[in-house]
This record gives sequence, structure tokens and C-alpha cells, in this order.
Amino acid sequence: MEHIVIIGNGISGVTAARHIRKLSDKKITIVSAETEYFFSRTALMYVYMGHMKFEHTQPYENWFWKKNNINLKQGLVNQIDTEQKTLHFKGGESLNYDKLIIATGSKPNKFGWPGQDLDGVMGMYHKQDLENLEKHAPNNSICKRAVIVGGGLIGIELAEMLNSRDIPVTFLVREDSFWNGVLPQGESEMINRHIKNHHIDLRLSTNLKEIKSDENGKVKSIIIEETGEEIECNLVGLTAGVTPNIDFIKDSNIETAKGVKVNRFLETNIPDIYAIGDCAEQHEGINGRRTIEAVWYTGRMMGETVAQTICSNRLAYNPGHWFNSAKFLDIEYQTYGWVFSKPREDEAHFHWKHEDDTKCITVCYNTNTNEFLGINTFGIRMRHEIFDEWLTEKRDVEYVINHLPEANFDPEFYTKYEAEILSAFNKKLQTV
Amino acid sequence: MSNKLNESMSLAKPDATNMPIKQKIAIAIGFIGLFLLTLAFFNTSFPSKNLFLTLALALLFVGVIIYSRSSYLSKLEGIKNDGVWFKSISSRGFWGWILGIVLTSFYIVLYFYPKYLGLGTNGEENAGLIGFFDPLSKLLSGRPASQWFVYGTLYTVAILVFGYKFILKYRHNRYQQLRTISVMFFQLAFAFLIPEFMYVMNSDLPYYDLKSMWPLNYYIFDEWSVKGFLSSGNIGLAFLIFGIVSIFVVSPILTYKYGKRWYCSWVCGCGGLAETAGDSFRQLSSKKLSAWKIERWLIHTVLVFSVIMTTAMIYTYLGYDKNDFWLTRGLFISLVIGLLTLVFTGVILFKRHELGKDAKYGAIGFFVVIMVLLLMHFTGTTNHVFYIKGSALRSAYGLYIGSIFSGVIGTGFYPILGNRVWCRFGCPMAAILGFQQRLFSKFRITTNGGQCISCGNCSTYCEMGIDVRAYAQKGENIVRSSCVGCGICAAVCPRGVLKLENDSMDGRINPNEILLGNDVDLMDLVNKQ
Repeated sequence: MEHIVIIGNGISGVTAARHIRKLSDKKITIVSAETEYFFSRTALMYVYMGHMKFEHTQPYENWFWKKNNINLKQGLVNQIDTEQKTLHFKGGESLNYDKLIIATGSKPNKFGWPGQDLDGVMGMYHKQDLENLEKHAPNNSICKRAVIVGGGLIGIELAEMLNSRDIPVTFLVREDSFWNGVLPQGESEMINRHIKNHHIDLRLSTNLKEIKSDENGKVKSIIIEETGEEIECNLVGLTAGVTPNIDFIKDSNIETAKGVKVNRFLETNIPDIYAIGDCAEQHEGINGRRTIEAVWYTGRMMGETVAQTICSNRLAYNPGHWFNSAKFLDIEYQTYGWVFSKPREDEAHFHWKHEDDTKCITVCYNTNTNEFLGINTFGIRMRHEIFDEWLTEKRDVEYVINHLPEANFDPEFYTKYEAEILSAFNKKLQTV
Repeated sequence: MSNKLNESMSLAKPDATNMPIKQKIAIAIGFIGLFLLTLAFFNTSFPSKNLFLTLALALLFVGVIIYSRSSYLSKLEGIKNDGVWFKSISSRGFWGWILGIVLTSFYIVLYFYPKYLGLGTNGEENAGLIGFFDPLSKLLSGRPASQWFVYGTLYTVAILVFGYKFILKYRHNRYQQLRTISVMFFQLAFAFLIPEFMYVMNSDLPYYDLKSMWPLNYYIFDEWSVKGFLSSGNIGLAFLIFGIVSIFVVSPILTYKYGKRWYCSWVCGCGGLAETAGDSFRQLSSKKLSAWKIERWLIHTVLVFSVIMTTAMIYTYLGYDKNDFWLTRGLFISLVIGLLTLVFTGVILFKRHELGKDAKYGAIGFFVVIMVLLLMHFTGTTNHVFYIKGSALRSAYGLYIGSIFSGVIGTGFYPILGNRVWCRFGCPMAAILGFQQRLFSKFRITTNGGQCISCGNCSTYCEMGIDVRAYAQKGENIVRSSCVGCGICAAVCPRGVLKLENDSMDGRINPNEILLGNDVDLMDLVNKQ
């Protein structure tokens, strides 16, 4: 029986395994060095915040794997022998495969800052990071202050986590406004204010120069590049993005660049070896997407696709309209279609913000055709299905704004803002 | 690693974060109120019962109000679940077990040894805790308090104060606020005040909480109850008819339109307590598949028991001869069997496919009930049904289901098993509403395309132990008979994936294997499998 081995038990690898099982009775083994069972990485923050226990982050009960005949193996793969189709583990074990799926995800970026490997400096990605955080920042008497470096999604989540235990946080953001490489200015500025309202010490346009050590090799303070200011702290969170976690592959003959190079069928240059999820790198971005997509949803979709290919139905990875979501402290964010931080050529943004400063939307459209291109929504939930439909139908922006109530997904009895949005939109049209 | 529960026995600092001084003072105030009630329990003679009863209840209110305001109003609006699993009271830690033991003991005394609460028997005056509540009872209805009056008062106070806390906790969420105001109103007016006033107007009327329907209100068709209604003139007859209409007409219509939530989390008293005082324990319900299996067997067994018990009860006080009363035993049994058959054939005709293999269990259940009813009819004598006393069935139900299951376990075990143990595993009313919700209702929880990140907040905070995530991560709507529509899953979802909705019956149940976001052909392909 064909043996499918999957390295990595995150959402990509597990989705692939589940779908291969649905489609076939092949032998499946999932390898992970991180945890015994699949858990939702995005939920790690809630464990530290006390909203959930770790077991709650596991979408399937422990009996699930045996019942579905999916083997789980804990171990760290050191080397892939593509000639012999064998994995070599740290500790000397080995495992043969007929087909191999690499789904090893990401690891936090480190940019060569002095002191970046000190005790108390950490990313927030793996389960081990969570354990580390629990050790260095269990409460605000052991961790008197934490400094977070890097203003992205993981950075703000780490800030929220530490905030939940009343640990003072200084949040260093290289850009002049939070995540404004992605978010349009109005949204980004609203989130700046929201961060500050949570008493988080947000420092914009601020870079890390170095991390200083105490006599025991533990973090003592950090120095800010621009001002030379020294900030005492017991923990430094490095959250300046992630890179594919593929160091162990680099010396094999599998083609890699930043990630494992794959074609549209998620195949690497070596037959019978595939790569999916955060660690896969497309030769070219698909429909305006990046070549590496480190997003939960794309990992899942690649898992679904590669399962088809492995079960003799060779399929190209062909994602539909872009969507994503996040939560910035108390403000939920969803996006459908493309809204860039600044309108590209022939594009314009319509921005509406509620006076309470926790809700806003930005709609992007083509100025020549008026075609609706995408929406960012903050503090108002909207329906994925409806926007997917409107994007496929290439609706124009007037249609979308006029039909926004259909897309509303807020709980019952919530105040509706569509009328206000519509009148703001009409007003804007008159003034332009 | 915070995976392990914090079961620290330290009184000084069991939590990961410090409690602000204001909250400590608030807890102290509340406990002084409880302490006064405890003193009353030990028969302390207060200089003025009026004053001290008012003081005790006022301190409870003030304590919870200050605590809630300090907890929630000092922070921005949003989800307030920080540290839930670090607090020993809400994570089955030391204080959780203490509270569980105290509550359980209270229920045992309340149901089985009311004399320890000070209930005066043989015309004696009340003493102790029950005596302490005499002034309030006399003020409302002119009669001395009973253990049920004390219980009802404390129950109402709990729903009101913790309802206030809940409203502040969810001050960004109007659905949560409205349904909480609703349960607070129904408890205060319908369960507590109106029955007292009804007694003042007509003391022959049996206690009747208008919102409490059969079979939750399992004693409404008891002989004493029905006689009480019938001997109280038109008003009594009206109440009896209302009781029948509410389960057979009102409830099916509302459940069709809104799902069982209209009752379970907007009106019901058991639900009201669970949603307010029990809110801190909702995360303790088991989400295991095995728990779901137990739930389905247990709750439907209770339903079958309650149908047979009620039928047997009514049967024993009906006559054979239609000259006495038009409703004879034979006619009654035929009506019951006719109604059950109607429901059963309706379901099999229209909903067979949705039920799948559960239809088999339903059929077995149905025929067992019919056989039992017929057996009862042919073996019954004046007060014996299947050779046992009809009243014995009723007593057994009252003891094991009405008292032990719904009270002692249902509420006493809040801090151990979660706040909806009774609603989930035992309530026959919930079983009926749930059956309808699953098959004939517009209600569902919609999932939002492919946005789920499988984080598990929804499942963790589902008080009914539904693994909401299992559906959401497949993009499948949640149509489960046990869902009481509390809406907390939708509230705690960080990605806006869940929404409670009443919409058309078509496409309500939509098993999807591939989520939105991927190539359409792939979706077709995998869903075909």
C-alpha cells in the first residue's frame, strides 16, 4: 500500500491527511516535532489569556486519528534522502515514504539584532513559545515590562496576551502607523488609537537597536535605534514576520528559495514530493497573491488540493477570491477581495468611519469601470458568501454600497450602519 | 504551562492576576449578606427581621453590582474571558468544588429536609432561614413563608444580580442584553410575583408559573392541580386551558419561527439561572462525543418517562363512564396514542432523510411508548397501572427527575459539570423543543463561508457542550436539537464566523466538505464524495 508521509501537523498537513483519507485507503503518517496532536495555532494566545485550556485548541479528540487510521509520529526530521525516499530523524530513526508532503510551516524572523538569542527573547509561534512565555511572563511581578518588536498580526496578539495579565507592554513598530503596509491609513490610524486605549505603549517609527543582557544571559533591557533610549524589560517578543521553516531541506536536492519551490500543482522539482502551506513558495504569485502565503486559509486550501493530486486527480492550486480576517484587541477585521494600503493605478478607496472610532470600512473600486474590487471591514461582520458572489459577478461599487444590508453578518439586534455608510458614499460622490 | 488547572489552595493568591481592592470589598459586602442569611439559618434572633432581611438582600445586590462594575466598566467593551481557566472557581479548582458542595447540600436540605431550614410543621411558626423570610412573604401574599418561597426569592435575586453582571459583561452585545432582560423579567414577574398575587386574589388556585409548561412543569396535570383549577371558576379553567394551549399551540409556533431559544434562553427560569448565575461555569460542559451520546439517550429517556408518567397520572383519576365526564380513560388513551402516531408518521413521511439512522431509534421509542400505554390500559385498575400504583410513578418522577436531577444535580453541580446539565441531559421540555428545532424550525446558526480558524472559542464556551467548531470549520450550519440559542458562540468568535438566524427551511442543513475560498470545481468535486 502506498505510504504517504506528511511532515508537519498544522492545518495544511492535517487537512491533506483528512482529505487523502476521505478519498483513499492509503497508509498515512503525519510527523511532528512540536506536538503529539493537531492544534489550532491561532488559538495559542487564548491559552495564555486563560480563555481556553490547551486541549480546547485541538479540533479533534485524541481517538480521531486512530479511528481514521492516520498514524502520528513525533520526531524531528533532520534530513530527506530523496533517492532512497527516506526521512532521517534526529536520534537516528528513519522512515520510508512513497509520497512526501512537506508542510512544516513558518518560523519567526530574526534580523540579526544583537542579543536576539538571549534568554527571555522569543517569537510567538510554536507551542514551545507559549511554554517559554509562561516561564518568563507568568505575571507582572516576574515580568515587569515586555517589549514587542514588529507591528504585525502576531505582534498585536502578543500585546493583547501580555495585557491580559496586566504586564506593561512597549510595542515597537518600524512603520509610522500600525500595519500600514497592508491597511489603508484611516484604518491603521484607528487601530493605533485602539492600541493606546488599551494602555499599550505604542512606539511608531521605532526600531530595535540591541537587546542587553544581565549577568546571567537573560534579557535586561533594549535600546531604541532612533533615540538611544534604554527600556528595561524582562521579555522581548520578536514578531517581525515569519519565514518558511525549511532549514533541514536546504542541503537536499529539493529546490528551495525562501520556501520550498512548487508549481501550481504544489509539486516540487523532485517527483512524489509536494509542499503546502506556509513553507511552499509559488514560482509566481497567483492572481495578485504573494508567492508565499502564510495564512491559515490558504494552508487549508492547499491541503485540500494536494489530497486530490495524490489520489490520482491531479489538480492545480487555484484559490478563489482573496479573503482574510484578524482581531485587533477588541476590533474584528475581515477583508474580501483586494484592498491595498494605497489605491493602485485606476483605483480609489471609499472610507467610512463611525464616530465611536471602533468601526470603519474601506471599499476599493476601479475608477474607470466602477468595478468593486474589495472591502476591509472593522467592527462590522460581513458575509463571505455574498462578497464572493459580488466579486465573481464583478458588481460595481454603487451596487455593493446599496446592497450592503444583505452582507451584514452582525448578531441580531445590533445597530446597523448601512444607511450611514450609504449617505456618506453619496455625499462623497457629490463632492468629487 | 497553563494547560494544567490552577488548583492552588492558597487563599491569598490563587489567580494569575491580582484582584483589585474594589472587587475584594465587593466580595466582602456580598459575603456579609450571605453571612446574615447563615445566621438566620442558625436561628439567630435578629432585633428586627424586616430590617435584617432587607439588609441581607441589599448587601447581596450591592456586592454583585460593585463587583460587576469594577470588573467590566473599567475596561473597553469586548469579550471578557481573561483568566477564566486560572480562577479556581471557574475551572473546577478548590473554590469550584467548595461551591459545588455547598449548593448541592443546600438543594438536598431544601428538597428533603426543609425542617432544617426552619419550616414550621403542624401549625408551628417558621423558624430559622424560612422564618427569616416570613416578613417578605406576608407582605406579598399575607401568608408565612415556605421553603419554596425562600428558594424562589433567592432564585430571583440570583437571576437579577447576576443578570445585571451579565449585561455589563456583554455591554457591546445587544442580543445578550435583551435576552437577559427578558429572563430577568419573566423570573421576577411570572415565576415570583404573579403567583403570589394570584394567591391573594384567589387562594384556591394552585401555584402556577404561567411560563412554565408541561412537561417541565410536570405537576400541572396532577389531580390536585387540575381539581384546584377546576374548582376556581373561570379563571382556573382559563389557566388550565392556557397550560394546554401553550404546549400544543404557542410553543410549536414560536419554536418554528425562532427555534427553542425563545423559551430556553429568553423565558425559562432554569435557563434564566443558567445564563446569569451559571454564566461563569458555561465552559465546564463536556464537548466529548461520548457526552453527546449519553445526552441523547438520557434526555429522551426522561421524555418518554414523563409522557408515560403524565398519561398514567391523568388516567388514574379519569373514570370509565362518559356520564361522569366526557373524557373517559379509553378516549384519553386513544387521544394520546393518536397524537403520538400523528407526530411519528409526520416525521417519518417528511423528515426521514434528515434523520438517517436515528429514525430507527425514534421508531423503537415510539412503539415502546405505544405498547406501554396499551399495556397500561389493559392492566390498569382504579389506581393501579401495570399493577403498580399510578401515584408511585408520579412520586418516582418527582423525586428522581423533578428534585434530584433538575435541582440537586442540575444546579448543585454547576461548578463541576457546567451550567446546563439539567437542560442538556434531563429536561423533557428541552427534548420536545429540540426535536422540533432539529426538524421543523427556521432557526440555525449560520457559518460565514471559509473564515473559521478552528480556534475553539465557540466550542469551549458552548454551555450545551456542542462542538460548534466541528461544524464551523467545515462551513456547515449548526442545526442541533440541543442548541438553546444563547448566542455566546457567535459573541466569542474572534473572526465573525457565527450568526444566529431565522431563515427559510430550504438549505438549512448544508453539509460541506470544502469551504468557500477555494476553486469552485474542487468544491464540487469533493462535495460529491
